[in-house]
Amino acid sequence: MGFYVSFGTVLLLLAITAPLALSFGFGGAMAARSPIAPLSWIGKAYIAIVRGVPDIAFFLFFVIALDQGIEVLRHYAKCPDWPDAIRQGNDFLVCPEAKMPLGNAPQWVHESYGFMVAVFTFAIVFGAFAANVIFGAMRAVPRAQLETAEAYGMTRRQTFWRIVVPQMWVFALPGLGNLWMVLIKATPLLFLLGVEDIVYWARELGSSKAPRFTDYPHGDWRMWYFLVLLVFYLAFTRVSEIVLDRVMRRLTRGQATAAGEAQRKAAL
Amino acid sequence: MKTLIASSAAALALTAGMAMADGHSVVRMGTEGAYAPWNFLNDAGEVDGFERELGDELCARAELTCEWVTNEWDSIIPNLVSGNYDTIIAGMSITAERDEIIDFTQGYTPADPSGYAALDADLDVEGGVIAAQTGTIQASFIADQGWTVVEFATPEETLAAVRNGEADAVLADASFIAGALEGQSELVMLERTETLGGGVGMGLRESDTELRETFDAAITSMKEDGSLNALIEKWEVATTFE
Repeated sequence: MGFYVSFGTVLLLLAITAPLALSFGFGGAMAARSPIAPLSWIGKAYIAIVRGVPDIAFFLFFVIALDQGIEVLRHYAKCPDWPDAIRQGNDFLVCPEAKMPLGNAPQWVHESYGFMVAVFTFAIVFGAFAANVIFGAMRAVPRAQLETAEAYGMTRRQTFWRIVVPQMWVFALPGLGNLWMVLIKATPLLFLLGVEDIVYWARELGSSKAPRFTDYPHGDWRMWYFLVLLVFYLAFTRVSEIVLDRVMRRLTRGQATAAGEAQRKAAL
Repeated sequence: MKTLIASSAAALALTAGMAMADGHSVVRMGTEGAYAPWNFLNDAGEVDGFERELGDELCARAELTCEWVTNEWDSIIPNLVSGNYDTIIAGMSITAERDEIIDFTQGYTPADPSGYAALDADLDVEGGVIAAQTGTIQASFIADQGWTVVEFATPEETLAAVRNGEADAVLADASFIAGALEGQSELVMLERTETLGGGVGMGLRESDTELRETFDAAITSMKEDGSLNALIEKWEVATTFE
């Protein structure tokens, strides 16, 4: 049962993470392009740092840091009179009211909290890559278009929203499509974060069961369960490819790119 | 008057906070869920096994509300220390090394002999390649002997390593090996056993003295009325207490 639910977990993660990562990416790219120097530094630093750190290291470090960071902030906000230090030797102790989620919350709250932290981390990591792609795509919009916009008297803001943003997607899509593929393949990292995803259940259900502890004893079947995952991921990425191809064709229409030109000629 | 109300309210809030901290309104029990018969997930996907039954009984005796959580063995100590759950009840042997980082209750089983499983019953384990789970007393025992140890994250993988020839034998708690060998004919248990560790206990944060004492008392009461020995025999996890 958990196995089937976990497919839903993975799909839900993708469904939430993709738009969130895209908005992080968009925000990052906008910040990096900003004429205000500090904002542009922040955008560029975000892209450079997150892109440069291995995903796994980031996942292991960031999730713990985020979790404990939130708890420390809540600790200071909620129990200013707490007499003990937070760090006691190896122990990390905040007052019970500051626990995230509360220690007496039911298990599903803990699980969805873990899931949200995972989504946020995925969004930050993939947002940085998306920011880089979108940043490049914004610069790929032909200069002549911007000059024309200026000649028509559009402000910077108008040029950005009316000229750059609608036209950049065609340049961004190959990169974003790639990212989507990588994101699909990166979902087993959930397992590292303690979320019970399909890899967890494949391993749990596939491992050998002795007759004394189960009604369905079997040997080491992990290989077959992982084969199912392989087929699942392959099918999923194949479907994504087809959809991305369609979107690309739609976006290319009327664009001043080689593919757009070819489409125009074919229609003649 | 105003200050009186304010200060009494503060005192009330403080004591309420303390009561919650000490009372542990819900105690989260961390286990691995992959080490039958100690702890495993049953067909319904719930934690089951010797430690589930033991833990539920201890919580009942100590009048605590307990909730079960599974966590990878690798990170089971760090996650306890950072407060994701309040106890480790996962077949963890009491060792001096672990005791530096966390605290243990008294043992709820005596030191359990560790056994070997191999493809060949006449295998001489000395100098061989032995598989063990990462961070277990068995893994450090093999390393201390100067034999080659290959470590795996889960018990299941250690058995698979012997089946596919990557290791000559696997060393684990004899009760786990006995359970895992049931219903299959490939692997056999060797005669040789090793007695390692100082019994299996519940792990708690060092700062959580009160909870430790509570569980200690519950274990003592189970030892005294013989229900602990009955549980050990039921699940065949170890030798019983005298």
